[in-house]
Amino acid sequence: MAAETKIDPMHQFQIDPIFGQLGPNNPFAFTNSSLWMLVLLALITGFMVMGMRRELVPGRWQVAAEGLVGFMNSMVESSIGPQGRTYLPWIFTAFIFILFANFVGAMPFAVVPGAHPFTVTSQFTVTGAMSIISFAIVLGVGFWKHGLHFFSLFVPKDTPFLLKLLITPVEFISFAVRPFSLGLRPFVAMFAGHILLDVFGNFVVQGINSGTAAGYGVSTLAFFFVVFVNALELLVGAIQAYVFALLTSLYIGDAVNLH
Amino acid sequence: MELASAQVIGAGLAAIGVGAAAAGVGIVFGSFLQGALRNPAAADGQQGRLFIGFAAAELLGLMAFAVAMIILYAR
Repeated sequence: MAAETKIDPMHQFQIDPIFGQLGPNNPFAFTNSSLWMLVLLALITGFMVMGMRRELVPGRWQVAAEGLVGFMNSMVESSIGPQGRTYLPWIFTAFIFILFANFVGAMPFAVVPGAHPFTVTSQFTVTGAMSIISFAIVLGVGFWKHGLHFFSLFVPKDTPFLLKLLITPVEFISFAVRPFSLGLRPFVAMFAGHILLDVFGNFVVQGINSGTAAGYGVSTLAFFFVVFVNALELLVGAIQAYVFALLTSLYIGDAVNLH
Repeated sequence: MELASAQVIGAGLAAIGVGAAAAGVGIVFGSFLQGALRNPAAADGQQGRLFIGFAAAELLGLMAFAVAMIILYAR
């Protein structure tokens, strides 16, 4: 038997400063999270700039970029209405940022020693801040468009008075939980998926290290499982990005149209 | 009972909720397919609602996972 090694799946989420030092007096430093956010910025900018060359006969990049924008545009228009394009910039930004962050984080760059991809969406600070921005837009638009009439969002129409008394607090609680659940969803999906990948990746290594036939069997099984989970991770990453954009546009649609 | 053992047991119990969410997600997609195969023409228009239902069902499982993690790594 090999030496007992403890699997530490939380290590991959650690924020390490690259320049500067994190400390109680110094909360700002250039960390691996910032580095991968810059990588994401470069990738997204490259993707969009390559897709915005406006050729007469669209190339592959242009079709991909136009497809993504058109997909978001039709979703926004169906859930907010004809004036929904006003909100497209933020919704598309959030969508493509979460999508690229999830995909880049699942890439196996670690075959190059030292090049560990960091999934920025596996930190609740990132997704939580994005959901706070979404809700700032919802509240701002709601109060700006409807004034204090915005509170009628919580009161269902055409309901008996007694039922209204019951449903209004429930609606209020449901509204108050939304920013939390909106930010929690992409974060936990990435967090859980990467823990699973880490644990089963460790099974592969530990099975080989054990040197027994059963160990090799476990390694082979775990390896195929890791490949499968990686594919699932790509699917989940795309779905979570879509769900974030969809829910944001639905909440904004609620605030714009008030039922 | 020691705290560490209680933590592991508690995290395992909290993970049951993830299985319940799996059943919920299965029901969401299964029901969608049942409806979609009866009226395929109307299926595409309901994909937004499908993902809302999926998101709501999945969120509760993710909550169970978050609780399990909080229990497991709390001290």
